[in-house]
Amino acid sequence: MKFSLPLVVASVLIAGCSSNEKKQLPILGNREPVEKTVDGKTVVDTVYQTIPEFQFLNQDSVSLTDKDFNGKIYVADFFFTSCPSICPVMHRNMLKVFKEFKGNDEVKLLSHTIDSKYDTPSKLKAYAQKLGVYGNQWQFAWGDRDKVYPLAEKNYLVAVNQDKNAPGGYIHQGWFILVDKQKRLRGAYDGTKPDQVDQMIADMHTLLDEYK
Amino acid sequence: MKTNVLIALALVFSTLFVLDSCQTKDELNYARYYTGGKVLYEQHCQNCHNANGEGLGKLIPPLTDTVFLKNNRQLLACIIKHGLKDSIRVNNAIYHEQMPANHQLADMDIAQIITYITNSFGNKQGLYDVSLAGSDLKNCRD
Repeated sequence: MKFSLPLVVASVLIAGCSSNEKKQLPILGNREPVEKTVDGKTVVDTVYQTIPEFQFLNQDSVSLTDKDFNGKIYVADFFFTSCPSICPVMHRNMLKVFKEFKGNDEVKLLSHTIDSKYDTPSKLKAYAQKLGVYGNQWQFAWGDRDKVYPLAEKNYLVAVNQDKNAPGGYIHQGWFILVDKQKRLRGAYDGTKPDQVDQMIADMHTLLDEYK
Repeated sequence: MKTNVLIALALVFSTLFVLDSCQTKDELNYARYYTGGKVLYEQHCQNCHNANGEGLGKLIPPLTDTVFLKNNRQLLACIIKHGLKDSIRVNNAIYHEQMPANHQLADMDIAQIITYITNSFGNKQGLYDVSLAGSDLKNCRD
């Protein structure tokens, strides 16, 4: 019997890698170290960027706040119903996510309109129904641009703006942002690309496993 | 002996290849419209109507209603060029959303797109050429 040393080392390494350690998603956004006093000792803790409090109206003209997302992981995006460019693609892909997690109490979807003038809650309701979306798992949020745009850019790190020359009058990015139960950013995916959306679905299962 | 077989095989294949590539002028013209139309479809139509022409829910109508596309063939050019503001009944469902106009498209572009659409997604209407597009566009309502 002759053992090849590299082979043995390799197999040990491989066995080591496939141990019970769960795959974890990275935590995105800004972070800062904070000194805290625990049991009389000073320890350094990391504070991650989180989604702040917010209040909008949803497609049923009912108040929708950050508290509706407590204890959930959720995906946020920014769109407008009359968008002729990337939105149909984004929501065709989001429908796939919706179907994958339908009825899962720990998962929500949140689409913000960036066109508060045209996209009233009743418009959002009609849009949702025509898309085939019922119930409250996929929320469509309406609010002033003064509230929505800073939330998009500062907190979800998605660029949105008005632009007369853009198709439909707005420019925006098609990111799907994955937020965990502590409201931290855990992933950003190009919502116009089916393969990235498939990756997001896989990552959402990974994220849910963290809470098991 | 072996080389003879090989030569014979090579001859058969090259004859088939030559025969196959000898498309008639009409077939070649159709192929040109169709492939050009596919590229234009991906640029201007696919975001909304999807790569397989199925549309999106009750928001965006599908292009798979072969009867509708056949009966309204002469309207397609106007719809593509000037968009759509009225509601439209496709596949037994009514769609109310606006379709954006594409004023920048030339008659040839529109003819290629229509050739592609009316010969994909289950449709099979054959060539729709640039002169047809030109005459249909003259009859647009707006």
